[in-house]
Amino acid sequence: MLQRLAAPRTGGMLALAATVALLPLALSNKYFYDIAVLAGLNAIVCVGLNLLIGYAGQISLGHAGFFGFGAYGSAILASRYGWPPLAAMLITTFAVAALAFVVGRPILRLKGHYLAMATLGLGIIIFMVITTEDKLTGGPDGIAVVPFSIGGFVLQGERIWYWVVGTLLLLAVWLALNLIESPAGRALRALHSSEVGAEVVGINAADHKVMVFVISAVFASLAGSLAAHYSGFVTPGKVTFLHSIELVTMVVFGGMASTFGAVVGAAVLTTLPQVLTVFKDYEMMVFGAVMMGTMIFMPRGVVPSLARLLAPRRPESAVPEKEGAA
Amino acid sequence: MKSTQARSSFRHGLAAVAATYALFTGAAVAQEPIKIGSFLAITGPVAFLGDPENKTLELYVEKINAAGGVLGRKLQLVAYDSAGDAEKARTFTKRLIEQDKVDMIVGGTSTGETMAVIPLVEAAQIPFISLAGAIVIVEPVKKWVFKMPHSDRMACEKIFIDMQSRKFSKIALISGPGGFDKSMRAECLKLNAKYGIEVVADETYGGGDTDMTAQLTKIKNTAGVQAVLNPGFGQGPAIVTKNYGQLGITMPLYQSHGVASKEFIKLAGAAAEGVRLPGAALLVADTLPASDPQRSVAVAYKNEYESRFKSDISTFGGHAYDGLMLAVDAIKRAGGTDKAKVRDAIEATRGFVGVDGTYNMSPADHMGLDLSAFRMLEVKGGNWTLVK
Amino acid sequence: MQYLLTGLTVGAIYALVALGFSIIFNASHVINFAQGEFVMIGGMATVSLTGSGLPYLLAIPLAVVAAALVGLALEKFAVEPARGASVITLIIITIGASIFLRGLAMLVWDKRYHALKPFTGDTPIAIAGATILPQSLWVIGVTLVIVLALSWFFGRTLQGKAMLATSHNRLAAQLCGINVRRVLFVSFGLSAALGAIAGILIAPITTTSFDVGVMLGLKGFAAAILGGLGSGVGAVVGGLVLGIAETMSAGYLSSSYKDAIAFVIILAVLFFLPSGLFGKRGGERV
Repeated sequence: MLQRLAAPRTGGMLALAATVALLPLALSNKYFYDIAVLAGLNAIVCVGLNLLIGYAGQISLGHAGFFGFGAYGSAILASRYGWPPLAAMLITTFAVAALAFVVGRPILRLKGHYLAMATLGLGIIIFMVITTEDKLTGGPDGIAVVPFSIGGFVLQGERIWYWVVGTLLLLAVWLALNLIESPAGRALRALHSSEVGAEVVGINAADHKVMVFVISAVFASLAGSLAAHYSGFVTPGKVTFLHSIELVTMVVFGGMASTFGAVVGAAVLTTLPQVLTVFKDYEMMVFGAVMMGTMIFMPRGVVPSLARLLAPRRPESAVPEKEGAA
Repeated sequence: MKSTQARSSFRHGLAAVAATYALFTGAAVAQEPIKIGSFLAITGPVAFLGDPENKTLELYVEKINAAGGVLGRKLQLVAYDSAGDAEKARTFTKRLIEQDKVDMIVGGTSTGETMAVIPLVEAAQIPFISLAGAIVIVEPVKKWVFKMPHSDRMACEKIFIDMQSRKFSKIALISGPGGFDKSMRAECLKLNAKYGIEVVADETYGGGDTDMTAQLTKIKNTAGVQAVLNPGFGQGPAIVTKNYGQLGITMPLYQSHGVASKEFIKLAGAAAEGVRLPGAALLVADTLPASDPQRSVAVAYKNEYESRFKSDISTFGGHAYDGLMLAVDAIKRAGGTDKAKVRDAIEATRGFVGVDGTYNMSPADHMGLDLSAFRMLEVKGGNWTLVK
Repeated sequence: MQYLLTGLTVGAIYALVALGFSIIFNASHVINFAQGEFVMIGGMATVSLTGSGLPYLLAIPLAVVAAALVGLALEKFAVEPARGASVITLIIITIGASIFLRGLAMLVWDKRYHALKPFTGDTPIAIAGATILPQSLWVIGVTLVIVLALSWFFGRTLQGKAMLATSHNRLAAQLCGINVRRVLFVSFGLSAALGAIAGILIAPITTTSFDVGVMLGLKGFAAAILGGLGSGVGAVVGGLVLGIAETMSAGYLSSSYKDAIAFVIILAVLFFLPSGLFGKRGGERV
């Protein structure tokens, strides 16, 4: 029984659930709840992105584009055209999945830095469309978004959103963990180690890569839609190349190939700027220095490095270390 | 006898204790600083607006405190850097309201940031003076939101009036991707017909663009163009102006108040000669006639800022100056920091002379400036001059 | 014609930045996202040096040296300690470095825009119905000289050939006695210098500020990928193609979408040529 609890999946899920349940004790006002909600939303995106980067080994520097697509899709359909928010969100998610599917196939033929560039380009194109079509999207100043409502129930207020996002995050993590342990997940990890090798064993590399791409895009889009309703407005500021980089940094910082790492990464990097405000003029420098420092000293990310410190010494195994623990 | 005396001395003692206690808590309350919250784009793509704003606020909070504070209380500035990002602005505003518990907010460098925090400010019922440009901030009027700078619509009107006086009827527009650019362009397109002006070409450029000759060539080749209007800010207009000169275009060029600074002239170089724009009197403070009510305020601010920071003043810093001074004036008139009273006091502002103009607020007008607060300026001999 | 000339100017700058990316990539398979900041340092340093009275002939070399030093420091303190790490970790490190440098630049200089005086004056020159600034001629000319100098360096000198050898096969180069660590070190310095020169050349035309590195770095990266990572020729061609495509789209299609069009072109090229125009088309080792 204890062994099952200590197993990464169950143990981790319990720990996360406990954190979500108990954190409000430390959150004393709406501002803290706000940070928690934002961290949670980022975490959802990162869990999906981690599947792509950490497990399938594909780089995406354009995920802010999917996030923004989700945000703006919900915003425009719900606020400009008066659709019910749930319907708007579902249709937008479906559209993003379709886009990712159509674009994914050709893009994922590329490798390494070329793939990075292609996803970057995709993200920027989405950004440019949003900024230029200001009649539809409000341009650089953005548009206001109606609050999320199902039936007559309106979702408003930091506390309620905290519980909603917390639950959704747990769901997202659970889904991701299940995916990783499934045959599809194992196929992905095989792909990561060697694409040719995986194909030899009968795994269709292209199909699996596109599947993961679509899933991570869907996670990002859902988070985007929720973020739009939570904030009450959208601006292109969240759809930039810099935001894509932030998301990738969160995943890498927390630990690639570690779902919980992605959550930790998102939490830390969302809270860090708030903490760094004490540095005033030096904030940017300190932030950059922290990024460099953690990557230099903990190149595998926070969670795996800490896990290694805490784990008892194990005999050398033949399995390559790239397949990190879930 | 002794017991009565004891009782009365006990009562005296009690009274003395009570009085001292009241004195201390009263003094404690009186010593509690007046917290002015601010979120500005101190870094990021619009840092050249937010930075002088921040510097101005810090400078004048210091000066006011040195002169004794407001109503016997010190001012405390709580400022955060939103880097021009609306999401950060929102989070910092929540922090200012919930965590720092400020008494009012003076800030919001850009329109996007300002619009994003309006629902928060309205819900928290805290007075907010924005330093951003677009007319949508105060139209429709929101109870707790006020705005300092001239609006983009006013800029269009001022420019069109000047164009009319020079008998221009066909013009070209060239604008950038920023929120300011787009919103001013939209306002101008709503108004041009009213002044009998037709827009025959409408070009745009991108954010980090380093060359606009392509767009300007298109404009140059459009028949009948008599003048060009560039609603924009940042280094885009400077490059447009340089390219303008490079292509040898002789038609008059109008810029927006977004580049109303000495820096623009330096950046654009010789090509800036003859460029006109609507600007605050601050830019020509020294040349204002003595009878102009703005002269003393503008000159004082200019001298203070320039001697302290060793760099040219900018109109954006001027907005922050007006915002802070008006806020302080309102607090004085309200006799304290009660949010509703301060709000009412701001709304009741009449004849307040700032560096941007003379403010007359009302329940229907939360900006308080009219067209006379804008002066038409022209670059002559490398400097801003008033167009008579 | 006007569009072509402008495109060449802009393209030359992208080419220089792309070369910087290529050189570092060749030596280390790392994409240095801080490359744009070297461009910024070149421009801003020259601004403050000339501002304090130094003539151009002194200020420019000093600024280039300053940028090169920053590049070397970056390699020594940020890249070398993390050499065993994965590619993506190194990318994050260079991104952290670029943020750090930008924060530093804000403090050392300021947040405003600055102009540099053009090298030989401001009067436009007319060529075949279009006008070009003398500064643009400097940009194109210097880029040409640099490209020629680099090809001589890589083709003829021992140092250069050592760097090429490292890019082809690091292990083999080490076996031949090439100090691979030093190659990496020098490549950072060289890339930084290139970036700085690009920044100095373009500043009189476009003004400079602490922020210019971001967009230019991005475009330079795009150009390097378009031309094929690791190929010097590719970097130059990629830069020119990107610059011309941009200005042509602005002129003939839509000026608001010109950046998007440039990226669409890049994506299209990548779909058909997954390694860019001149990139190494190789098999993958199983």
